[in-house]
Formats: sequence, C-alpha cells, structure tokens
Amino acid sequence: MSSNAATLDHNVAPGEPPHIHHMDSQTAYGAAKLGMWLFLATEVLLFAVLFCSFAIMRYYHLEEFHEGSHHLNVWWGGLNTIILLCSSYWAAVAVTKAQQGDNPGVVRNFGYSFVCGAGFLVIKSIEYTGKYHHGMFPFGATENFYEFKNFLGLYYCMTGLHALHVIIGMVVMFIYGIKPALRNRYSAKYYTPVELSALYWHLVDLIWIYLFPLLYLVG
Amino acid sequence: MSAHTHAAHANEEVNYLNWKTGLWSWLSSTDHKRICFLYLFAIMIFFVAGGIAALLMRLELSTAGPTIPGIVKDPHTYNVLFTMHGVFMIFLFVVPGIPATLGNFLIPLMIGAKDVAFPRLNLFSFYLYVLGAACGAVAMLNPVDTGWTFYAPYSTTTDTSVSLMVFAAFILGFSSILTGLNFIVTIHQLRAPGMTWMRLPVFIWASYATAVIQTVATPVVGMTLLLVIAERMFGAGIFDPSKGGDPVLMEHLFWFYSHPVVYIMVLPAFGVVGEIIPVFSRKPLFGYKMVVLSSMAIAAVGFIVWAHHMFVAGISDFSAKFFSIVTFLVAVPTAIKVFNWVSTMYKGSISFKTPMLYAMAFVFLFMVAGTTGIYLAMLGVDVYYHDTYFVVAHFHYTIQGGAVIGLIAALHFWFPKMSGKMYNERVARIAFAMLFLGFNLTFIPQFILGMDGMPRRYYDYPPQYQTLHTLSTVGAFLNGFGYIFSLLNLLGTALFGKVKAPRNPYNSKSLEWQTASPPIHENFETTPIVNEEPYNYGTHAHA
Repeated sequence: MSSNAATLDHNVAPGEPPHIHHMDSQTAYGAAKLGMWLFLATEVLLFAVLFCSFAIMRYYHLEEFHEGSHHLNVWWGGLNTIILLCSSYWAAVAVTKAQQGDNPGVVRNFGYSFVCGAGFLVIKSIEYTGKYHHGMFPFGATENFYEFKNFLGLYYCMTGLHALHVIIGMVVMFIYGIKPALRNRYSAKYYTPVELSALYWHLVDLIWIYLFPLLYLVG
Repeated sequence: MSAHTHAAHANEEVNYLNWKTGLWSWLSSTDHKRICFLYLFAIMIFFVAGGIAALLMRLELSTAGPTIPGIVKDPHTYNVLFTMHGVFMIFLFVVPGIPATLGNFLIPLMIGAKDVAFPRLNLFSFYLYVLGAACGAVAMLNPVDTGWTFYAPYSTTTDTSVSLMVFAAFILGFSSILTGLNFIVTIHQLRAPGMTWMRLPVFIWASYATAVIQTVATPVVGMTLLLVIAERMFGAGIFDPSKGGDPVLMEHLFWFYSHPVVYIMVLPAFGVVGEIIPVFSRKPLFGYKMVVLSSMAIAAVGFIVWAHHMFVAGISDFSAKFFSIVTFLVAVPTAIKVFNWVSTMYKGSISFKTPMLYAMAFVFLFMVAGTTGIYLAMLGVDVYYHDTYFVVAHFHYTIQGGAVIGLIAALHFWFPKMSGKMYNERVARIAFAMLFLGFNLTFIPQFILGMDGMPRRYYDYPPQYQTLHTLSTVGAFLNGFGYIFSLLNLLGTALFGKVKAPRNPYNSKSLEWQTASPPIHENFETTPIVNEEPYNYGTHAHA
C-alpha cells in the first residue's frame, strides 16, 4: 500500500473519540496493519496445533483416517472450496472499491462475500446433519462415530473452529465493512477497516484451502 | 481534557491520577497508566490467594503425617492446594506480572509516546483477564487437582471442573496475546523522534522479546487446552491413550508454550534489572548491544528447548539428546546478561537503595537458578532429579527469585513516578531482608531434600526429611511476611505518604523520569526528542 502513502495524510475516521488520536494518521494506518498481521499469525499458530495433531494421529491410525475420509462428501467440500474462493475475490474487490472511495461498491462486494459465507455455513450444516443421522456426530454418537473417533474428533475440531471463524469473519465484514459503507464513511483517504476485514476473510479462506484436501482428499 | 476537569483541580497539579475522578473513570479508562493499576490490583488478589495456598502447603508439610487436619484433611485437599497455587501464580499473577503492569505503564513513557498503539484493545485485554480470572475462581468451587500442567489422561478423565479451569487459562492466554501484540506494534510505530532501536532502554527490548513470545507461543497452548475440553466433552481421542490418543503429544504441545512462558515471566525482570543497575552504579550499562542481543537470543532459543521437561516421559533418545544440548545453549545468553550487570557495577559509585538491593538479590538468586538448571539439563542427572524437590527449588529460584523479585524491584524503583510519593526506605529495607532470608531459607533446604530423594507433590514423608521440611516452612512464613511488609509499605505510602517525589529522584537519564511525577494524562507536555544513548552516566555533566 506504499503507493497510497501520500494520500493518507488525513486517514482519520470521522467521529472517533478523541483519546485514540494520539498518533498521526499515517502511523495509525501502519499500526493497524501491523497489528492485524500479527493477529493473523496467532490464528495460524492456533490452527497449527490442529494440523500437527492431525499429522501425528494420522501416523498412528492410518487405516482409520483413510477409511474415515471416505465418509466425507468430496462434492460438498469441493463446492464449499469454490464458494470461499469466490468470496475471497469479492473481498479483494471490495478493498479496491474502498480505496477508490466507492462506498456502494464496498457494500455490494462485501455483500457477495457475506452471502458466500452464509452459503458455506449452510452446506457445512447439511454435512453435519447427514453425519448426525448416521450417528457419526459427537452428540448422539453411535458405534459409527467410535469406529472413526480419532479422525472424526479432529474433523469436528478443525471444521468447527473454522466455521466459527467464518461466522466471526462475516460479523467483522458486516460491522466494519458494510455498515459504515452504507453511511459513506470510506474514502480514498480512509479505508483501513475495509482492508483489515478483507485480510481476516482471506485468512479464513486460506485455512479452508488447507483443510479441504487434508480432510476430504488425503484423509 | 475538558475545561471542567481543569477547573476542578485548579489548586493542585493535574496528573493522570486526578484528572478524572470516580471509580468508573478508572474502570473505563484507556490510559495505559491507569490500566497498569487495574492489573496491579487484580494480580495482587491472586498473589495473595496463591500465597495463602503455598503457606497452607508448607504448614501441612512442617511435620510428617497429617498436620492441619481441619484444612488439609486428605491428599486430595493437598493436591487442590498445589493446583490452586500453580494456576493462580502462573496464569493469574506472574505471566501478567511485569508486562501487563509495568510494561503498560512504562513502554509508552520510555519511548516517548502518549499511549500504547491500541488503547481500547488494552482495556479489552484487561477485561478478558477479569473474565478468565472469574472462570478460574469459579472452577475452584469444584476444585481441580490436576496440577497446573493439566496432563492427560488424568485431566481428561477426572470429574472435577477441569473444563472450566482450562477455559479460564485459554481466556487468560487470549488476554496475554492481545497485550503482547499491542506492545509489539507500540514499540514499532510510536517511538519518539530520535528514539532509534539502538537507543531503546533495555527494559523496552526485554518487553519486546517478551511480547514476541506471548504472541507466538500462547495460541499453541490455547488450542491445546481447547482440545482437552473437546476430549472431555465428546472423547475426541487426541490425548487420551484409552481412546487411541497420545498423552505425550499433549505434553509436547503444553510445553511448547509453557517453557517459553518462563521467559515471558523472567525476561521483563531482566529488563528491570538492566534499568536499575546503571542508575545506581552511575555508569553506562556494560555491553548494551550484547544485553539487547541476549534478550532476543533467549526468546529465540527458548522456543526449541521445551522437551527438557519430558526426559522421563518416554521421548526418543535422539530427541532427548537434542533437547539437552539446546537447553545448555540457553545458559550462554543468560550468562552474558549476568556478566554485563556485574561489569556495570564494577568500579561504579554504587548506592545501595532498596531497588538496587533487590536488583543485586536478583542477580544472585538467578545465578543459583541458572547453575541448578544446568544439573537438570543433563540427561543422566535429570532422571534422578526429575519430580523431586530439587526441581521445585530450581523453579522457584527462577520464578520467585527472578520474576517476582524483579516485579518488587520495579515497583520500588518506579514507585515515585507511578504514585508521585516516596516510599519509606527503612521499612523497605527491613522487608527486603526478611524476604531475601526467608526465600533462601525456604528453598535451600528444598534443594537438599531433592538431592536426598524427596519427591514433589506428596503431602507426607518419612521422618528423615523432618528437619529440612520444618526449616523450609519457617522460611516460607518469613518470606511471606517480607512480601506483606514490602507491599503494605508501598500501598501505605502511596495512599497516605507525605513526601512528594521529585521529577527524577535517582537522576536517571531515561525518558519516563524527564516528565512530571506522576505524569500528566498525555505523558509529556511536548513530544520529547531523543539525541543520545540511554545510559550515558558519568560521561556527561549528569555524572
């Protein structure tokens, strides 16, 4: 974003309480971005524990993981992957629109991403419901669950935590993207929250890009 | 600042303590200096609670067999006590100990900023801490007896409120992450003009290294603890061996955080000592660059030594050897620091004020901690010492002798700046003497007990350990009274003291002493401009 540096002299959110104006707008922009990247790093580390556990559990229970992954529906998973990739595209467009001061463009594109997120959650809940009917859900579990408990345990931990992040990402997009943009808050001089919301959304997508092949394809 | 608050205090100096009044103005304040006090009061509650648990344990251990039947009626109660002591002291007191209190107060002041980068996030971190503390306190209603390490499979099968307790630790970790993140961004972005990286006071460098560990290591334990909850809720089969899980995996993930966390605890104390010694020796800090580098080196090497906690847990010979060798490496940057502190004092004109006494005690105690750490890093020796009182004593020399003494040293050193008053020097020295003697009397016998084979976490012992246990108990109470006196001295003089502190009572050169005592809400009247290195004592007119 260094090309935008010169235009950011007045990158101050209108109506912010005065006590946070303890640095100039250029510094505030840099601070916000650095803070967000650090936060994303902690998110990666959070999921790293799950990936690490997955690698080790798969090593111990290769057969079970292999069999277990056949019980997941590759088509639903694949469709969700496409949906999230599209949503990431629209989130990136929303940032460009914000940088151009196009508030309706931000609303429109974040709106598409938001709908994609909702679609992802609907499909995920269809998958979960199917598992529940087969007794492969932690609550109401039958022998089908216990046969694949190591695989399914990690499956639910990983996809569940990811789904939680999808929900948080949608809330963030709505509160910091769509709602202020409806009030024309963003301009070429101030768009930090849009950029940060999109960054978070990209990370949520990126994690799914790793989860999908790991759980559905490799097993 | 509104005209109204100006008028209300027209007769006295306006500072951050009095520029707004009322309890709510404190609880809702985003001022980093006020948040320091919010944390300080919160952590002290758990310091006292954890301390009471420790004293009850020591009382129980003062004689063989059941000693205080009313309170410690069985081994379970004893297990609860050491769990409570560990969880409260580690997660609720020492981890936020220096960073969240003095880090909050000093980082913006020392780098010449008006506040941290994200003041509202800072307040949010505090309330996360309060939420975590509340969960932890509620969990003690159905008391957890796993020890602070929550090792599986006991933690995944016992029916006490482990889930709530580890959730509390998760929330506290989240608070710790956000504080660390805030400090990293603050140090990167908000340094005053001329405050280059190589002009940063060593406390800032130490806090920076600490913040990096907080941000990088904490998510790992957070997720691990969530997996413990998942295991308990629906048998995810990750840590419980009866379900095909791997308990050693849990230990690895736990120590991946919990070893670096001892550096979260002790690095800020290194920073504190690095500030105190040059001021009271009137000499520049010896080898500034090496002190800085060693802080970063400790943070880096600290990440690859975790499995030295697990030499007897069934890890492979190869990894045991690897972790043993890298553990020895930690001794190098730590020894560099000790060398630099001692060299700073060499031929200095030392004044033995209370902060300096604590700083010197720190150097001595930490040296004992470091050298006994070498024993435990040795594979063969550790097999013998593992889970004995030797480990308990070693750990307390690093954490109490290091982190807690560092915190007390810092509270005395920056007390004039924080409260605008001077503490009672005589009481402070007496308290120091009690604390130092009591501490050594508690833990030197424990080293010997450990060498004689006394295992930790038992509430009973054969009669040959009687004398040493009794000595240790006497020491613990002396130590406890030392803390009470030193803290009451500070609290009393802060509230009722008559002696006003000048701007710069120690003639220090760092930025926080150049503004008023206590500072104004915005820290500085005008943004300071820095044009020299931080410890130029004795080289200019200031000598």
